[in-house]
Amino acid sequence: MKIKGRSISKGVATGEALISKQKISFLGAVDPATGIIVDKSLDVYGKEITNRILIFPGGKGSTVGSYIIYLLKKHGKSPCAMISHRADTIVAVGAIIAEIPVVDSLEIDPIEGELIQDGQEVLVNGTGGYIEF
Amino acid sequence: MHLTKEEERILEGEEGWTKKKAMEILVAIGDINHASELIPIKSAHVSGVSYKTIGEAFEFVNSLEGTVKVESTLNPIGMDIEKWDEMGISIDFAIKQEKVLAAYKKLGISAECTCVPYLIGNAPDKGEHLAWAESSAVLYANSVLGARTNMEGAPSALAAALIGKTPSYGLHQPENREPEIRVCVKCNLADADYSALGFLIGNLVGDKIPLIELFSSSSVSSPSKDELKHLSAAIGATGSVGMYHIKGITPEAGVEAGAEETESKLSEEKIEIEKNDIEEFYIENNEPDVIAVGCPHCSSCELTRIYELLKAEGKRRKVRRDFFIFTARAIEQSVQTQRIVEKIENFGVKVICDTCFVVSPAFENYDCVLTNSGKMLRYVPLLCGGANARLCNTKECVKEAF
Repeated sequence: MKIKGRSISKGVATGEALISKQKISFLGAVDPATGIIVDKSLDVYGKEITNRILIFPGGKGSTVGSYIIYLLKKHGKSPCAMISHRADTIVAVGAIIAEIPVVDSLEIDPIEGELIQDGQEVLVNGTGGYIEF
Repeated sequence: MHLTKEEERILEGEEGWTKKKAMEILVAIGDINHASELIPIKSAHVSGVSYKTIGEAFEFVNSLEGTVKVESTLNPIGMDIEKWDEMGISIDFAIKQEKVLAAYKKLGISAECTCVPYLIGNAPDKGEHLAWAESSAVLYANSVLGARTNMEGAPSALAAALIGKTPSYGLHQPENREPEIRVCVKCNLADADYSALGFLIGNLVGDKIPLIELFSSSSVSSPSKDELKHLSAAIGATGSVGMYHIKGITPEAGVEAGAEETESKLSEEKIEIEKNDIEEFYIENNEPDVIAVGCPHCSSCELTRIYELLKAEGKRRKVRRDFFIFTARAIEQSVQTQRIVEKIENFGVKVICDTCFVVSPAFENYDCVLTNSGKMLRYVPLLCGGANARLCNTKECVKEAF
């Protein structure tokens, strides 16, 4: 199945979905050295985002979060792509400087529509602005 | 967002990777916020400079090439460039901090590290478009100077500096600069009361632009520039709004042709601030072990006043508590201030440039900080090794030092 969205950050990647229903503040919620989610209030607490397709509503909190996304990539611990409901500037800017593909505003919301299961293989085409699974 | 042919070329990478990345950032932010176009800016003010906050991510800055297109200034770094050793900063931190600074300087950004760019020559005129990070300066620029800037993040201000443009949305557009909620202040205010007021307003209005109606009587003078600076800083620390209106101060407040229409845009909701709301901030809960002023950085006017207070309270004694004053190097080195700084330091007070209590790792061993800053009241508990902060006016700060 292919769902159209909007291109936020270019590039193409395939990986296993990691789904969070909550917004994530990258500064404080994700350890940039390990890629592990350390914010206990999140539904994905304790999981590792490395090489996953992070599917979540969007970012929140400090704009330093953009640099955390960049650090994750530098340490080889970043998600391979992200799909967000509505990309915010923190996630968009972080993904652009880290060169991680991001698509948002999908025609059908994969979280609400329960179309994608955790761990399912998903392709994100940030250049074309669509996902496939 | 509509792009010109030249902007398209930059986005395609025809002017190199740095400008391509910068343009990608601006286009993404513009698209997310439904901007129609990019508009030229007069200046940029870039945050994310202290090694304490940016860490190894400064390598992104280091990977950039070329030079900024507009006058650009930097936020405070993690140490005084000259006196870092005296501050107890480790050599390891100092080396990394100098690398961060060098990465920005290489791009042609001024190495003046301050949160008050508008006091050291990066002073915009009414109506000019800017791309500033540093919330206190954003609020001051929009509300007091009448310039136009959104609250930029560290990378977006840098991207705007490299392109010389920013996406036109939010506070760049007049219709988004009108007040939305009325805040009625029922008492006289002075000095740190404005920090308390800003702290309250930021918490209460969230992202709605407030129209602040100050208590007016013939005996009350309007707030000074320094008081407005503290008000701006505190609103920025607890709220997410980038502007406020005060009649007689904000260039746009009530003077537009559609002033009445503007008033009608205000919601029914009205926030009232009473004297006891302000006084609650001054409860003496903890014994301070350090005094810190200069958040945002002290103006030369504030330095002069602190010196006068030290003279009056100190009676030639030295302070018995640690007392730090933070300011911009350009202010410290100005002719009229230099001698005052020397005299202040004769009281045992330390005047520190380029950095501040919150963004430096040098101040993480205190339990309770006494300050006149509402911004510190918010950030000290989060970023300074678990210390508390207590608000009091500048005169009390000096008094408590002896």
